[in-house]
Amino acid sequence: MSVARTLPDRLDSSSARLFKSWEALLLLVAVVIFGVNSFASPHFLDPWNLSDATFNFTEKATIAVAMAFLIIAGEIDLSVAAIIALASTAMGAVAQTGAGTETLVFVGLGVGLLCGAFNGLLVTRFQLPSIVVTIGTMSLFRGLAYVTLGDGVYKGYPADFAFFGQEYVWSYFSFELTLFLGVALVGGLILHTTSFGRQVQAIGNSPLAARFSGVRVERVKFILFLATGLAAGAASVMLTSRLGSTRPSIALGWELEVVTMVVLGGVSILGGSGTILGVVIAAFVMGLVTFGFGLMNVPGIVMSIFIGLMLIGVIALPILARRIHARLTRRV
Amino acid sequence: MSAVAQAFVDKPMPDAALPAPLLELAEISRSFPGVKALDGVSLVLRPGRVTALIGENGAGKSTLVKILTGIYQPEAGEIRLGGSAVQLPTAEAAQEAGITAIHQETVLFDELSVAENIFIGHAPRTRWGLIDWRSINARATGILRTIEADIDPTMRLRDLSIAQRHLVAVARALSVDARILILDEPTAALSHKEAEDLFRIIETLKSQGKAVLFISHKFEEVFRIADDYAVFRDGKAVGAGQLASVSQDDLVRLMVGRSVEQAFPKIQVAPGEVMLAIKGYSHPTEFDDISFELKAGEILGVYGLVGAGRSELCQSLFGITQRSRGTLYLDGRPKYFNSPADAIDAGIVYVPEERQRHGAILPMSIFSNMTLPSLRRVGRMGFLSAVEEFSLSRRYAERLDLRASSLSQAVGTLSGGNQQKVVIGKWLATSPKVIILDEPTKGIDIGSKAAVHGFMSELAADGLAVIMVSSEIPEILGMADRVLVMREGRQVGLYPRVDVTPEILVRAATGNLGVRS
Amino acid sequence: MKNLLARREGLLVIALLVLLVVIASRFPDFLAPRNLAGVFNDTSILIILALGQTAVILTRSIDLSVAANLALTGMAVAMLNAAFPGLPVPLLILASLAIGLGLGAINGLLVWKFGIPPIVATLGTMTVYRGSSFLLSGGKWVNAHQMSPGFLEWPRAVIAGLPVLSWIALLVIGLAFLLFTRTPLGRAFYAVGGNPTAAVYTGIDGGRTRFMAFCLSGTIAGMAGYLWVSRYAVAYVDIAAGFELDVVAACVIGGISIGGGIGSVAGAVLGALFLGTIKNALPVVQISPFWQMAISGTIIICAVALNARAEKAKGRLILRSAT
Repeated sequence: MSVARTLPDRLDSSSARLFKSWEALLLLVAVVIFGVNSFASPHFLDPWNLSDATFNFTEKATIAVAMAFLIIAGEIDLSVAAIIALASTAMGAVAQTGAGTETLVFVGLGVGLLCGAFNGLLVTRFQLPSIVVTIGTMSLFRGLAYVTLGDGVYKGYPADFAFFGQEYVWSYFSFELTLFLGVALVGGLILHTTSFGRQVQAIGNSPLAARFSGVRVERVKFILFLATGLAAGAASVMLTSRLGSTRPSIALGWELEVVTMVVLGGVSILGGSGTILGVVIAAFVMGLVTFGFGLMNVPGIVMSIFIGLMLIGVIALPILARRIHARLTRRV
Repeated sequence: MSAVAQAFVDKPMPDAALPAPLLELAEISRSFPGVKALDGVSLVLRPGRVTALIGENGAGKSTLVKILTGIYQPEAGEIRLGGSAVQLPTAEAAQEAGITAIHQETVLFDELSVAENIFIGHAPRTRWGLIDWRSINARATGILRTIEADIDPTMRLRDLSIAQRHLVAVARALSVDARILILDEPTAALSHKEAEDLFRIIETLKSQGKAVLFISHKFEEVFRIADDYAVFRDGKAVGAGQLASVSQDDLVRLMVGRSVEQAFPKIQVAPGEVMLAIKGYSHPTEFDDISFELKAGEILGVYGLVGAGRSELCQSLFGITQRSRGTLYLDGRPKYFNSPADAIDAGIVYVPEERQRHGAILPMSIFSNMTLPSLRRVGRMGFLSAVEEFSLSRRYAERLDLRASSLSQAVGTLSGGNQQKVVIGKWLATSPKVIILDEPTKGIDIGSKAAVHGFMSELAADGLAVIMVSSEIPEILGMADRVLVMREGRQVGLYPRVDVTPEILVRAATGNLGVRS
Repeated sequence: MKNLLARREGLLVIALLVLLVVIASRFPDFLAPRNLAGVFNDTSILIILALGQTAVILTRSIDLSVAANLALTGMAVAMLNAAFPGLPVPLLILASLAIGLGLGAINGLLVWKFGIPPIVATLGTMTVYRGSSFLLSGGKWVNAHQMSPGFLEWPRAVIAGLPVLSWIALLVIGLAFLLFTRTPLGRAFYAVGGNPTAAVYTGIDGGRTRFMAFCLSGTIAGMAGYLWVSRYAVAYVDIAAGFELDVVAACVIGGISIGGGIGSVAGAVLGALFLGTIKNALPVVQISPFWQMAISGTIIICAVALNARAEKAKGRLILRSAT
């Protein structure tokens, strides 16, 4: 009936796709911020200062990688900061009994994993909407931390526990930064080159069609909640190690910063699209802003205005551009 | 035409005695990427008369309805209301023009009451500008009474049956003084009695001078209720006039454009071993006691009205829902599926009726859709190989003659027929034993339809067991080796092809097997 | 009666009564009318914010910026009062409504005209508004002694046995009831959230309706801003930090569905009262206040589970005999 045609793999070349992407835009923003900050303060370009600066975002960024997977799959976990608090409290309580660093790490990660499993169960087994469920577990987890610790504080961590949050692994690279980059690398590989990652994207685009295509939607989502809990546990280890102490109020408000990092990174809050590279760049952008503004003695809360505006701007601009383009080409 | 229907048909009126057109469509055209949905169609609706719009799936009927209700805009042509040209740029504009459509899926608000649904958007107010609930409830009761609908206006819409929801939609149309009502396959999920109630209401509407556009593929109904007809085929208007001057065969010929046998490229296949056997297969609420055996190389047609439980049966076979009772044997082994993933692993696959919601993931590319159930096969140790993915999808895209610009094209931008090819291709890549196709040619252009049918025959010839759910009698008669007829969740009959006529099918599906005209 | 029980509001009333009985068994004085009025008064701000949030959630949106809006507006009027003690309080209240409306309108525009998903838009404005409060105040507090007596007195003045603050809550409840059940805009909230496609077919502008919902939420948050700084007699950048999640929790407990289209004024009020009663009762029953968060969290989870069960769409019943 028809002449045999060979369908090409793609129409536009790889490089074209690269330039038009969100990540390219974000990278541009990062470069601009880097440039502006370098002019604004002589201390900015000092490599040790820059390395120090990474501490302000690596914990959140580690969680952001896992959260990106969740959001791409169409869910969200607002309890991550509370998991940090609970895991930290658990570690503190165990530290009081004189346990060693290995045990503490085990406890921290374990609590994170358990909390993630709890969230995952509520969402996948009982089919509850994750946004409100995790608002509930957020209160529950942090509440348990308060019940345990009240308005007290745990100190007395073993000396070598400080390694995770304060030590360097190689030259300018701290353990935190290295772990984050490692997690990001693994996360990126999983999302973009494995079948698991493909399934996550499918679920985010259409959970129904994915199920009808044989994707085990509940199992995948449960794993993602576990991963997010684990990441929060790891962040808790690093944060507690960095601070050297625990209060139930640590990491307050971090869940929204993590979500901001993910969305700024180009992940659609509606699910189905986004890259880990984008999230990494966004983490660096936010870190650069915080560091740069800090050097100029801008208070943290004013920095967050900038971050808030950047979040809105970065999402609104493509929409605005598309509207203007549509009006110019006047299509029906 | 049966003697029953014949009795209802009047003699044709001379053209001059017909009332002046209320709504005219002149040379309307509209296309979408890949397909020209409407090509210069013209249509006339007259007050106090019912015009039946007939055509196969993909003939352009739903596009026409969307244009009439302001959802789509025509690319060419004119709409004339009462003689003067009008624009219908929005749904609201269509409503202002007095045009209302009643669809199979009533587009109303489940959580609101019946009365509110009738009056939403134009609720009567009190002196202070507040909504006048007493008036709404009273007027709703009044309107429902005029169409003899026994519905409590304070009930939530969600708690009503489909037939009752149609009545609420009609009531709403009356409340906005609609002059033109479009009924799109209104009896699809109705029982015989409910359909009769609806016809009585249509007669009332006619006597009130409304123009009714009645879309249906059931000739019995068409000849029962309609005065005029219009036939669409492949986006063109191929015939129109008064029903009194045509016969059912004339309409079929106009619809299909060729004799029925040619449309179905069926290859005769010698059936093999029994591949799928179900017995006493039941679901708590959707179907009960279904039993059949299906051999490799056989095509089992499943016929019934919308709402008979056919899709529910298929989805249960596929593992979407769980059975409450009964057994399933696949290739001689008993099976129980907790999820579609289980079914696919065992070798049963399902091409769903709702292509866009369940069949394909529209924003994703052709190749990622096609490899989704087979991800294990296009990589190593969990990692995907782009080369293998493209290779697999190209193989099946070419086998199905997929029309697209590249394998990375988003499935959502393909035509309906090509989307269906992607869905079928995706399953073929899993080397299934049983393939279930649910209304496979619904909403597809004629060319792709023939391709899908040809394909189904090839699959059977290759040794697959095929189940085909269809509401189109010609399709069932043309493709099936045996036919299972379902009605209201029950198995009415299982017939070899030679024992089946259109009359038997319709009678079985509507519960009239014992009735003689 | 069965119908009442089957509805969320009925269940909440019963749950609330049970809660009160349990508390009273340990501390009978809790049920004294004066005490209950005090609980209501304490919960007034949460109640009115929950009503505003209900409008937003009904339209399938969410407003995470309410607490930041409250903080910014509250700071602004407190500073105005401190700088110009002669300004009449009603004028300041008007100012708080206007500022709140403006901030809410920004949210509404971002969602309507720019198509930004509400959670992202309000996440952004939340940080911007709170940061602006810092910029406005320079990080300084406005303390009680800087506020005029009229400013502080206004919500505390007792009329017919109840403080003005409680009357305001009752007024807002009444107006909200009227809006949600008797006005086209209120019904549009339900329509747009319940079935956005059908809303288009019936001529309701979904974008504009959501915009109005955000304006309402913002205006109420503005009012709450004045009430908060006046009641607690202090204004600083971090007031009501995290309160937006309490507001959403109150709505969820009240049966407002996060998917839109379902919910009532009574539900929102009862949900807020439930949370408020627990908060008030804990010190009375001598449970450490540190338990409050954990308890609220558990209640929220249970409420979400109940919501989900109630909303499960009635599957198609094809088998007649299955009815």
